[in-house]
Amino acid sequence: MTVTSSSFSAPVRAAWLGDQTVRAVLYQALVAAAVAGAIWYLVSNTLDNLARQNIASGFGFLGRSASFAIGESLIDYSAADSYGRAIVVGMLNTLKVTGLSIVFATLIGVTVGISRLSSNWLLARLATVYVEMVRNVPLLLQLFLWYAIITENLPSPQQALNPLPGVFLSNRGLVMPVPVVDAAWTAGIAALLLAVVVSLGLSRWTRHRRQTTGRGFPFAAAVLALLLGLPLLVWGVFGATLVLDVPVLRGFNFRGGGAVSPELAALLLGLSIYTASYIAEIVRAGILAVDLGQTEAALALGLSPAQVLRLVVLPQALRVIVPPLTSQYLNLNKNCSLAVAIGYPDMVSVLNTIVNQTGQAVEGVGLIMGVYLAISVVITVVMAWYNRAVALVER
Amino acid sequence: MRPPSSLRLGPLAWLRANLFNSWLNSLITLVLLWMLLELVPPLLRWLVFNAQVSAPDAQACRAAGGACWAFIREKYRLILFSTYPYDQQWRPLLAILAIMAMLAASCDRRLWRWLPLLWLGGLGTVAVLMWGGVFGLPFVENRLWGGLPLTLILATVGLMAAFPLSILLALARRSDMPVIRAVAVIYIELIRGVPLVSLLFMASIMLPLFLPAGVTIDKLLRAQIAFILFASAFLAESIRAGLQAIPHGQYEAADALGLGYWRKMRLVVLPQALTLVIPPMVNTFIVVFKDTSLVVIVGLLDLLTSAKISINSADWRGFYREAYLFIAVIYFVFCFFMSRYSQWLERDLRRGPI
Repeated sequence: MTVTSSSFSAPVRAAWLGDQTVRAVLYQALVAAAVAGAIWYLVSNTLDNLARQNIASGFGFLGRSASFAIGESLIDYSAADSYGRAIVVGMLNTLKVTGLSIVFATLIGVTVGISRLSSNWLLARLATVYVEMVRNVPLLLQLFLWYAIITENLPSPQQALNPLPGVFLSNRGLVMPVPVVDAAWTAGIAALLLAVVVSLGLSRWTRHRRQTTGRGFPFAAAVLALLLGLPLLVWGVFGATLVLDVPVLRGFNFRGGGAVSPELAALLLGLSIYTASYIAEIVRAGILAVDLGQTEAALALGLSPAQVLRLVVLPQALRVIVPPLTSQYLNLNKNCSLAVAIGYPDMVSVLNTIVNQTGQAVEGVGLIMGVYLAISVVITVVMAWYNRAVALVER
Repeated sequence: MRPPSSLRLGPLAWLRANLFNSWLNSLITLVLLWMLLELVPPLLRWLVFNAQVSAPDAQACRAAGGACWAFIREKYRLILFSTYPYDQQWRPLLAILAIMAMLAASCDRRLWRWLPLLWLGGLGTVAVLMWGGVFGLPFVENRLWGGLPLTLILATVGLMAAFPLSILLALARRSDMPVIRAVAVIYIELIRGVPLVSLLFMASIMLPLFLPAGVTIDKLLRAQIAFILFASAFLAESIRAGLQAIPHGQYEAADALGLGYWRKMRLVVLPQALTLVIPPMVNTFIVVFKDTSLVVIVGLLDLLTSAKISINSADWRGFYREAYLFIAVIYFVFCFFMSRYSQWLERDLRRGPI
């Protein structure tokens, strides 16, 4: 219930102005009109300016030939392909970098976060130094530094470092042998996907069995066997072929094999190390949030230290960790757009080129924002689902 | 009161308790010691022992095999002040000092009631120093600004201009009126959902399109607008958290006293809420300060860009480690002290009012 001063001064003013509901409607109408007016003003100016510069608005340009090359791509792409396909290439590159960096950053971050709580004085101190040093320097500076170290410090391809047979490290990036994907490998990869799906089902079944019958199931061992065994088995049945595509030096650069370009390497290093410092702090706070009494109670019940961590501490810590972790993943995804500064062809960088070529600025910036908002929504929904799964069930 | 004497360990006992208390910890300690022995001596050799503090030219400096601090000595004015007229560079230096003094004064809780005045005065001084045109100072157009003052100006002006906007946004998001709430939610989530790079692109490419024909807007102001939009959305979320933390009784008490909405907010709710959210606001400031480096993408000469330019200067080419390390230390000092301050403040505020 709200009583405001205006209701006491009602006799002085017009009666209808003193009414809360009427005034609320009035205010909202005013704000809506102001916002609509501002948008109309901006849009009409933009249309005016575009008409004066003879730029046709709309997404018709997406079908035209892009006529610029993209350094690396997950799908077939050539300069003759359309702008639309170039954007898809950029989008896939963004997703690749985001996906890989999330994995690396989480691994490093969890390790460092736990290290900060270690009883080992040296380890805890070094982890603190890492976190403080990385967090307090802009990510873009770190990206430039990694890129410069890779391109200026490493030898040329002719004098490439050769740490393992077939693996070469030079200022053109990292090249290594990769297996040629043939029928047996395709079947093996399909089997791996199947194994992942079956493992997910198995996880539900294990929980159901434990809750209904109280009997356990060696879940971890079964999943490990499934994930390793099934692909190997299928690969073996299909002939167990292993043809390696080994990189060789031709002229000034390597041909063949799998390659990690300096841009990609710098981006992965920079993003993973930077985000890991934030994840480390989140993990540390999450573990500290679990009351010591919980550990003591679990130990008193006779659980082993490993069981205490797995069954008591981690499930409770995850509840604290997941929400901020989500926003770090979203930050990482957004920071991926810094690729434009070191020349990695992510979506922003590709769209930047397209905007410069076609002058379709409004559409270009709109696409960047639209795709990023879509990715944000997807990550938020997935993490919300996961958060519900680990959340405390109030009975 | 002294701790019980048994808690004070001798050096050997300390080592056993903190570094070698289990076989796993002993192993970790040994591996880390080995890594430090491998890394630290070469690093120190490069940083200190083989470093050249003065050298006649780049070749002589490079030959020594260590860090070439002579490069910084040669180029620090280019890195710190960029293209600002050389003989006038005492002005950006004073501007840096003014902003640092302003930030330092803001750390004192007793001065908080004067904070708006302090910042307006501080930034006014900075504007006079940088632009000039009065008191006999020659006018310097902001196309020539660069380096550390530009970085600090983008961050501080961005934050100050975003602050009132973010209060309105936070209040709107907590409003009972669905239209006003929707406008605030859409604005905040849109800005927070897209990368800052795209906001900068929007500001640099699309802002000129938004304006009527004939109106032009310079590059610095465009980037500044992007930072204001960016900072306001993030600040609004911090402030909303503060508004939510104020107990309902405070709102109800203000209602019972017959205060209207604005007086309730201004006199009762906001003073408490804003005090609560100063630590997260300092963290937002750190984020904005670090993210000013992104203006390299729209071609402004901030600290990072001018360091990049110094690396490519014709006579001293390629000392990227020295240049990046130099500005990394500058960024670090600012961010580290701000984050320490915010941690200290959080504890200090919990202790109660001064």
